Amino acid sequence: MSYVPHTPQERAEMLAAVGVSSLDELFADIPEAFRLRALAIPDGLCEQEVYARLHALSRKNTHALVSFLGGGFYDHAIPAAVDSLAARGEFFTAYTPYQPEASQGTLQAIFEYQSMICRLTGLDAANASLYDGGTALAEAVMTAIGATGRNTVVLDGGVSPIYRVMIRSTTRNLGINLTELPAPADGPADRAALAAALNGDVAAVLVQNPNFFGTVDDFTDLAERVHAVGALLVASVYPVSLGLLKRPGDMGVDIATGEGQSLGLPLSFGGPYLGFFAVRQALVRKMPGRVVGETLDRQGRRAFVLTLQAREQHIRRERATSNICTNEALCALRATLYLALLGRHGLRELAETCVRKAEYAKRRLAQIEGVSVRSRAPTFNEFVVELPADAGEVVGRLIDCGFAAGFPLGRYYPERANCLLVALTEKRTKADIDRFATALEVAL
Amino acid sequence: MMRFTEEHEWVRIEGATARIGITDHAQHALGDITYVELPKVGRTVRRGEALAVVESVKAASDVYAPLGGRVAAVNARLAESPETVNAAAEGDGWLCTLEGFDPTEAEALMSAEQYAAFCRA
Amino acid sequence: MKQPTIFERSVAGRRGVTLPRLSPAEARGPLPVPPALCADAPPDLPEVSELDVVRHYTLLSQRNCCVDTHFYPLGSCTMKYNPRVCEKVAALDGFAGIHPLLPQLRGGGALTQGALEVLWRTERLLCDLTGMEAFTLQPMAGAHGELTGLLLIAAYHRAQGRPRRRVLIPDSAHGTNPASAAIAGFEVVPVATGPDGTIDLADFEARLTPDTAAVMLTCPNTLGLFERQIREVAERAHANGTLLYYDGANMNALMGRVRPGDLGFDVLHLNAHKTLSTPHGGGGPGAGPVGVKAALLPFLPVSTVEKRDDGTFALNYDRPQSIGYIAPFYGNFGVLLRAYTYLLALGGDGLREATDHAVLNANYLRVRLRACFDVPYDRLCLHEVVLSAERQARAGVRAVDIAKALIDAGFHPPTVYFPLIVREALMIEPTETESKQTLDSFIAALEAIARRAEEEPGSFAEQPASTPVSRPDETKAARDMRLKA
Repeated sequence: MSYVPHTPQERAEMLAAVGVSSLDELFADIPEAFRLRALAIPDGLCEQEVYARLHALSRKNTHALVSFLGGGFYDHAIPAAVDSLAARGEFFTAYTPYQPEASQGTLQAIFEYQSMICRLTGLDAANASLYDGGTALAEAVMTAIGATGRNTVVLDGGVSPIYRVMIRSTTRNLGINLTELPAPADGPADRAALAAALNGDVAAVLVQNPNFFGTVDDFTDLAERVHAVGALLVASVYPVSLGLLKRPGDMGVDIATGEGQSLGLPLSFGGPYLGFFAVRQALVRKMPGRVVGETLDRQGRRAFVLTLQAREQHIRRERATSNICTNEALCALRATLYLALLGRHGLRELAETCVRKAEYAKRRLAQIEGVSVRSRAPTFNEFVVELPADAGEVVGRLIDCGFAAGFPLGRYYPERANCLLVALTEKRTKADIDRFATALEVAL
Repeated sequence: MMRFTEEHEWVRIEGATARIGITDHAQHALGDITYVELPKVGRTVRRGEALAVVESVKAASDVYAPLGGRVAAVNARLAESPETVNAAAEGDGWLCTLEGFDPTEAEALMSAEQYAAFCRA
Repeated sequence: MKQPTIFERSVAGRRGVTLPRLSPAEARGPLPVPPALCADAPPDLPEVSELDVVRHYTLLSQRNCCVDTHFYPLGSCTMKYNPRVCEKVAALDGFAGIHPLLPQLRGGGALTQGALEVLWRTERLLCDLTGMEAFTLQPMAGAHGELTGLLLIAAYHRAQGRPRRRVLIPDSAHGTNPASAAIAGFEVVPVATGPDGTIDLADFEARLTPDTAAVMLTCPNTLGLFERQIREVAERAHANGTLLYYDGANMNALMGRVRPGDLGFDVLHLNAHKTLSTPHGGGGPGAGPVGVKAALLPFLPVSTVEKRDDGTFALNYDRPQSIGYIAPFYGNFGVLLRAYTYLLALGGDGLREATDHAVLNANYLRVRLRACFDVPYDRLCLHEVVLSAERQARAGVRAVDIAKALIDAGFHPPTVYFPLIVREALMIEPTETESKQTLDSFIAALEAIARRAEEEPGSFAEQPASTPVSRPDETKAARDMRLKA
């Protein structure tokens, strides 16, 4: 395929205008020794050939398993209107809205996104998006360190192990003292361990709700303790759960982050996803990333613009709050569409549906001999069961029966090798759950 | 008496305190000021150290301490009304005061006439 | 026309989506989460119908300029056409529907062979394109690639037993370069630009010290000029044990003509959303794959995709010297998939053709526009040309005014006021997918604007006038900080 429109005659006219006799001459600045004759890449294919090849590759993947796999990334239904609107070229072939008059569509959509994230989290301001939930949490570490001038960060053991390793890697050269607490038993965050880790050097405490094991918590008491030593409380939250659960802002959380994949984004083998990031008013100027604000145009009409740009890399360079430039605008648009379609009552109903399905699955799986539910405290849509055998092996056997049974905890927690993390969404029917329980019973 | 730096700060010695701000020339070059990040009271700074940040829509400029000393007070009204710096950069738009400074450091800075000549050049 | 927000369209009790009904067994009993853990009320989201949503966002979309509707010569952003076949491929269930944890399950690798093959083949193509030894596809944008590359450089020097603290960056560089270096823990040392618009070799040599970990170069640089002294820079850097980092933001200028790896670069990132034509999405998502020479291979992020002897593909997590995890999984797979589709469609010949015509288009604009605008570095440029509106500014018409007048003429403006080293900069990147007819009409529009700047310099203040809003009050936005509805 070629998407170059030039005819030979036009090319000749343009070369003449430039004053060169060939395309080669345009590259005269490249030292001769380095010039390439041709790439070692095969010639191009036509659309039909490319599509056939990619379609064949897609068929080498199995997407038709009945899935109970979560771990922070969930198989929710995506309304058709999300796909249809996000596929509008006016949205997806535009760039970052640097020229506000020519970008009011994107700017207003981001403003609405920021508003929805604030309403979900109960916080004062949200940015226009970050790459994913993990980088958002890592950015929160930087924000807290910048805001407090302190250097120690306490990571609760309920935070996703995927995010924990990301934070470790990205902050490695900054001399940050990371205190990582062990995974909690089968309940909420270990208050005693957290209290013991608190002191005047702590910039932030990082928690997750529901935690990686699905347990729901209320951090109000923790927020008081964290604030008493002058530190910030950062919570990574699952946005669908905010249809039902107490909002981080109402618990005293200072920065809420999270993975927005559940809000109308396909799983797509790990990305593109959506990191959301919201803060209390006092932290607005420390926030990373783009922010859209409302203002007026010359005729007094409402208009939206990128604002607070003096925090950003293109102005402050090495002293910017973050290096982020391109973010996940189209993913944020999908989340906005999703939240608008679900709406106030839809998101509550969705959250309740997930909780009830998970509870039914718990009851159903607990009936199997040798299987017990490990989660002792209330959970949201995900919970841990202990099997009488290595969970990794059991999951392997169930794949052959058409089930992605869940995530075996042994991968990150070797002492919990028999434990399986099981996730439910509105897409799993009662029949799915019943068949899954039967298959599990057989597999054991 | 006011003294001036090449980075466009001014300082006025008022007995034991030194009042600091950016010059009218500087505010004009920056344009509409939208935010001023002020130092913490009690902080000790050396001469030439970044003391504050003045932001406009498309720029962020460091304000350097024209003298060494300890921050005694900051101009709290700038939090609500950063535009005061535009309106009265060398008056109500002051940024902070220092104490415990060395007055001879101030004498080494430019006079109003010298600064005016510096800006013309 | 007044454009309400989605919240202003909300009517209590209205619904958009209906959820599946719970079976009686599932619905039985009280809600398992006690009220103390729950919010007092449902979230304060809009209450709208599906049609409300479709109409609202369709109307919003019409308040945008985009590549599909406008010539969009935004410098350094490579706003080329986004082929639709890439969208069709990314939407296939066999790609969009796969959970990223699947290959981490026992036997799960067999379920995602197609996706792993896409990643592996994309890496190989990028190696061929750039002359590097290996790639990680995990970075989720260009700046994320920079951070990853710099973490690799830090790890490399650490492994040599002599950590280094400084990174040299030309003053013409994108702001992400110094910002990324700072986050990677380095001290930034700026290097001056010489009179010909490329790096000042003497200044570079003066700043190169035993503590210099890397020099980051954008090539061609942000003036659209090839770094003619690249050989000297590379030799001096390497003799000093300093690594050379290539910021691939402008790689659209070099495909099939020269490979950064052959020029001596040790680490690079590409911007898939620029060079490889994945859609910009109004500011993302992107992908910022990072390529390295063999010496840096041990430090690549976990995991890497490998091809086994039996022809199957697997993820390797056993990488003891790795910098660790910079993404939750394998990068922005959906974006990489579009990039792979694009690479296959264009092929080696098509990629070179793309670069050749991107460069031809930029030079055509340069020679046709130099009569009415200053061209501070008026020699053969590559994929973009930087004009200066200094002449017009003397009459009171600034770069921003020209940008707004272009909007009224039916074009998205170029990048303005960047690079910082050019006064009143207009940075124009036409890309290869724009026709001569489009360029000619753009030239005519700019010529008319330049004439008007001479004859009626006062006539620009109220532009743009054809857009849904006129110039917004940015000072008010920054002071009031109304960031949510």
